[in-house]
Amino acid sequence: MANRIVVLGGGTAGTLVANRLRRRLGREEAEIVVVDEDDRHVYQPGLLFVPFGLAHVDDLVRPRHAQLHTGVDLVERAVESVDLAAREVRLAGGSVLAYDVLVVATGAVLQPEETDGLTGPGWMERVFTFYDPAGAAALADAIAAFERGRIVVSVVDMPIKCPVAPLEFCFLADWYLRRRKIRDAVDLVFVTPLDGAFTKPVCNHELNGLLREKGVEVVTEFSTGTVDGPGGRLVSYDGREVAFDLAVVVPLHGGAKYVERSPGLGDELGFVTVDEHTLQSRSHPEVFAIGDAAGIPTSKAGSVAHFAGEVLVENVVQVLAGAEPTASFDGHTNCFIESGFNKALLIDFNYETEPLRGHFPSAVGLPLLRESRLNHLGKLAFEWLYWHVLLPGHDIPGVGTAMPERGKSIPERGRPRERVG
Amino acid sequence: MTTATYAGHDVEVDGEGFLEDPSEWTREMAPEIARDAGIETLSAEHWKVVDFMRAQYAEKGTGPTVRVLGKTSGVAIKELYELFPKGPAKTAARIAGIPKPRGCI
Repeated sequence: MANRIVVLGGGTAGTLVANRLRRRLGREEAEIVVVDEDDRHVYQPGLLFVPFGLAHVDDLVRPRHAQLHTGVDLVERAVESVDLAAREVRLAGGSVLAYDVLVVATGAVLQPEETDGLTGPGWMERVFTFYDPAGAAALADAIAAFERGRIVVSVVDMPIKCPVAPLEFCFLADWYLRRRKIRDAVDLVFVTPLDGAFTKPVCNHELNGLLREKGVEVVTEFSTGTVDGPGGRLVSYDGREVAFDLAVVVPLHGGAKYVERSPGLGDELGFVTVDEHTLQSRSHPEVFAIGDAAGIPTSKAGSVAHFAGEVLVENVVQVLAGAEPTASFDGHTNCFIESGFNKALLIDFNYETEPLRGHFPSAVGLPLLRESRLNHLGKLAFEWLYWHVLLPGHDIPGVGTAMPERGKSIPERGRPRERVG
Repeated sequence: MTTATYAGHDVEVDGEGFLEDPSEWTREMAPEIARDAGIETLSAEHWKVVDFMRAQYAEKGTGPTVRVLGKTSGVAIKELYELFPKGPAKTAARIAGIPKPRGCI
């Protein structure tokens, strides 16, 4: 009898994994079922452009089922809980789906209600997020009507999806306000709980420089405790205040709600604990997690899901064959950082090597950690690649799963250790 | 890298005062590290957090972030900031002799 692989979540990671598995395993070997509560697949990187009128929400959404290969079933139902001991997924409405292998790919959810005052008075009036379609669309109207005052872009706490997106928002806001010739009448402020724009030194230096160049004030180590919409201020836990006329807040993130209802599945924040290299659960070998849902020390970004996809599929196949998983994910992450004026930066890194200068994917290629028009074109081209190459589960020509070292200026001490397997 | 002397022992610390080797830490060092971090006396509540940091580090290989501390240590985030005004996760980790907790990337 065929094994049943259940993939929870039909977003970036779930879709590409289901499609890769379908190509790898014959129908007689495995039945593949994807579970998601709706049939709307959002191209999330596009949300950044919505507030500036550069993209429209309707154009970013396609049906989930249409992204799945023939032979992958989509069950449109919310997940109630996972029973790890019984190897069963309980669905809303009472039905039960047994699995031989479970792949958790339900991403990260926004938790604005966890921050005092954030969803209170002023929410969606002068306090917005661009991290969901409704928020991004509403923010577009608010920004179009904005004439003067303080725009504050705030990250409440890590982890968040696409940690560079709030910075990109600042860069694009600078560009947008200049184009409207009101930049002088607006203060742009970036508020972060980190001690700099980014956690890795070389990249942090570069991005802090860009923020300064564009006249964005940076407030660091600010842990937002309260958002006071009517009073127009963010208040930190240690009593500092940042005043705003318009706040663009990236709320707290957590794993999907059902993870909390599934004993043994997730960590304190609802992310699923798996080995950072094999993506396999340490307590339940038939359980894997990928993408934003996984509690591994990577950025929560689509590129991570893409690069991890090949590794996960290999390991699932091995586990189905009764073997130990041997494929190893190196934490490879690749992000375009839109910096305004039709330019962008590109960063490429993994668990052991921070984003460095050089070129990608080799000495002849896109410039790394440097503004260029070529990178901006790369970012625009990525939308096509997303629907036509990433989601179907193909490799991008010339771009392998493991982080390339050639083309990078790697300092001797920073050279990654040799990895076996 | 510099050397600091806590409870009569020389230990290596990084630029921000975090012990390079968490296994060198002893409970006797904690009050002295705390003073260097701007906390004059360690109360029972401080110790509750410091012990929790040690236990989490032993179990997971990394100290919890403020948000996880607030959810799991039994001390609310507001209170954590009263105990460690300069940043609970960072300061408590330093006093507990474990590496600075990295928020995610």
